[in-house]
Amino acid sequence: MTVSRRGLLAASAAAPVLMRVQDALAQGIAPRRGGTLTSILSPEPPVLQIGVNNQGPTLVAAGKIFQGLLTFSPTLEPIPVLAKSWTISPDGKEYVFKLQEGVKFHDGHPMTADDVIFSIMKFHMEVAPRARAIFALIEKAEAPDPLTVRLTLKQPFQPFLLMFDNSACAIVPKHLFDGQDYRTAPAVQRPVGTGPFRFAEWQRGNFIRLERFADYWKPGQPYLDAIIYRIVPDSQSRRLALETGQVLLTQGSDIEPFDVPALRSRPNLEVSTKGWEYFSPLAWIELNHRVKPLDDVRVRQAISMALDRNFITQRLWFGVGKPATNPIASTTRFHDASVKIAAHDVKAAAALLDAAGLKPNAQGVRFTLKHLTLPYGEVWSRLAEYLKQSLRQVGIALELESTDAGSWARRVGAWEYDTTINFVYQFGDPTLGVERTYVSSNIQKVTFTNTGGYSNPKVDELFATARNSADAKDRQAAFSAVQKILCEEVPQIWLMEMAFPTIHDKKVRNVVTTGLGVHASFDDVFLTA
Amino acid sequence: MRDFWRRFRRNKGAVVGLVILLLVVVLAATAPWLFPGSPWDMAGAPFSPPGEMGMLLGTDSLGRDVAAGIAHGARISLLVGAVSTVAALLVGVTLGAVAGYLGGFVDDAVMRFTEFFQTIPSFVLAILLVAIFTPSIGSVVFAIAIVSWPPVARVVRAEFLSLRGREFVQAAEVLGKSRLSIVLTDILPNALSPIVVLSSLMVASAILLESALSFLGLGDPNLMTWGFLIGSGRSVIRLAWWMSVFPGVAIFLTVLALNLVGEGLSDALNPRLARQRGGAA
Repeated sequence: MTVSRRGLLAASAAAPVLMRVQDALAQGIAPRRGGTLTSILSPEPPVLQIGVNNQGPTLVAAGKIFQGLLTFSPTLEPIPVLAKSWTISPDGKEYVFKLQEGVKFHDGHPMTADDVIFSIMKFHMEVAPRARAIFALIEKAEAPDPLTVRLTLKQPFQPFLLMFDNSACAIVPKHLFDGQDYRTAPAVQRPVGTGPFRFAEWQRGNFIRLERFADYWKPGQPYLDAIIYRIVPDSQSRRLALETGQVLLTQGSDIEPFDVPALRSRPNLEVSTKGWEYFSPLAWIELNHRVKPLDDVRVRQAISMALDRNFITQRLWFGVGKPATNPIASTTRFHDASVKIAAHDVKAAAALLDAAGLKPNAQGVRFTLKHLTLPYGEVWSRLAEYLKQSLRQVGIALELESTDAGSWARRVGAWEYDTTINFVYQFGDPTLGVERTYVSSNIQKVTFTNTGGYSNPKVDELFATARNSADAKDRQAAFSAVQKILCEEVPQIWLMEMAFPTIHDKKVRNVVTTGLGVHASFDDVFLTA
Repeated sequence: MRDFWRRFRRNKGAVVGLVILLLVVVLAATAPWLFPGSPWDMAGAPFSPPGEMGMLLGTDSLGRDVAAGIAHGARISLLVGAVSTVAALLVGVTLGAVAGYLGGFVDDAVMRFTEFFQTIPSFVLAILLVAIFTPSIGSVVFAIAIVSWPPVARVVRAEFLSLRGREFVQAAEVLGKSRLSIVLTDILPNALSPIVVLSSLMVASAILLESALSFLGLGDPNLMTWGFLIGSGRSVIRLAWWMSVFPGVAIFLTVLALNLVGEGLSDALNPRLARQRGGAA
């Protein structure tokens, strides 16, 4: 009885909470207070300060400590978090955020517009390269009153709101960072945010414990008493911990794809591949266009057609992920479902290579390429072996090279490869996460730029149009056109829209509710009795 | 020669070992005819259990035939075993002979150098060497040879120390034979039997070492080897036991066979020792 009263109390406080609680009640389950959620982080993050470190495990754990102004639904609609509401001027240049009332940092200081402006204009501007590139567009940041933030842009930038999720722009306390080196300030080691859980204990190599923040701004929430992230370096131990109930939740790459089918069949576990829509990682074969004959569009088309993407997703990733259809993931904005790369067709691929004048020799080999295997674990080695065999069928010999993670990044950054595998996050909008791989202005000797060296003035122009246009319709037209061109020219061989399995005990509720999945604050997560 | 074979035959285990070893050699030699095409070819449905879909030993996660992998892997395993042993023998015998025959300061220097290698855990050194030179068949053979020559050097040195004071060597010296000629034609032939026995065991340990490197993903990524088969099957052992078990059996049998043959050779080459052992049993 007390439980439901608390629930009602929470429901009256904020609209999104109202919806969640009602959803829960509709299923006949009222959120229950109490309990400790046990989970896993792998690998162990270096720090839990978003901005200073933005790797996957950091974002997962620190996502409970920090909050952004907004978060995003699975269809990438903005959802209020620390911003109660916002308005955008008709010219697309002025953004006004109204902040939630009564928000406190874990040290008791109230959060105000000053903290928000500090976080955007100073903190993330300095520590996070991705934020810096976008926030440099801000001409003016003002606080007309302590609960209002007004940002004026130099030019309209339609994907701007996407930069206000916690993972891109966590709100940090100004009074703990101002005037110090942000990377070495004491607060980096004992993170202080506004989130529903506060940092309690970290035994390096063992576990991280977060505990309920009693003064959290949503009354009655969070429901959990604590969250414990155990550090388990071995994938089979992680699987066992989940199977034996020692942990109730795993995420990201904790569980290897080949273990997923067995865990799917367990009645007490739920496996979801949702909750990655904001990041939407897309994997592809990265081709170095400086290496002949990869500069020939027919050769690239042939490589693309020689591969069976269904086999890759079903057999190598056991159904975790789906075949890529074009350079923009289907969960990213402006994906055009009508534009598709050519289907799997080995004969047509061989015909294209013939047309390109690459005749097979006595052993049936047309030409030889090197392939730098992505050193991120077994499944990537299997993928390299699959590519080797598939391309051999059309007469392309792939010679595999092994390397370690550091050398891989160095060699890709220095263009010292023929082919390799790469995957990057798309961050909800092609301007934020797709453009960088294809525009000629981004051909740099830096990993995750246009390292392949593809260059097409028309593509450059279309991406620029989409970037600078304030109107979603114009942007869609430009992105559709660019998807068409890229699908014909296949500058990179897109393979798979990656997904990562979130696996949890069925008694853990509300794990994946937004487009950020396990990176959410978990203020609405609860354990049923 | 017939005498040698008679003594070898007396050790039943050695004969069994020889038969197994011959079978493995035949398998390796006929692999291209037994399993035409590449062992990397995706021949059937992934994860077919042994006996299904015409796959004698089942298929792996990409639908590759495990039996084909074992047959083609035998070629690589035997090749790596043989080549790296020959390389280790060249280094070990040369250094051992120099140290044992010349003695004195040279002996000291060579033995300290040998001990330097012996104090480093051999597997760790092998991993390090392969990682530095990037995994390929050449770097694997090189690494195995580097870590396996020191015992050879020590055995050869000991043999040379005991042989060089014998009358026939002194006689050769008095006759004015050159040192090189004495080493090659007088001492070395008499020191051969322990070298032969040792090298048969070295082939076995080289195969194990290569498998362990491949298991850790440090093998040549373009070659199918037994260690690679086990390494790639390890993660799915609950789903497809046959992927690791059969290559494991192949390694076990080959290494066991080499050890048995080694023991048989030892008996055959040291008849007095064998008779004593036979008498005691």
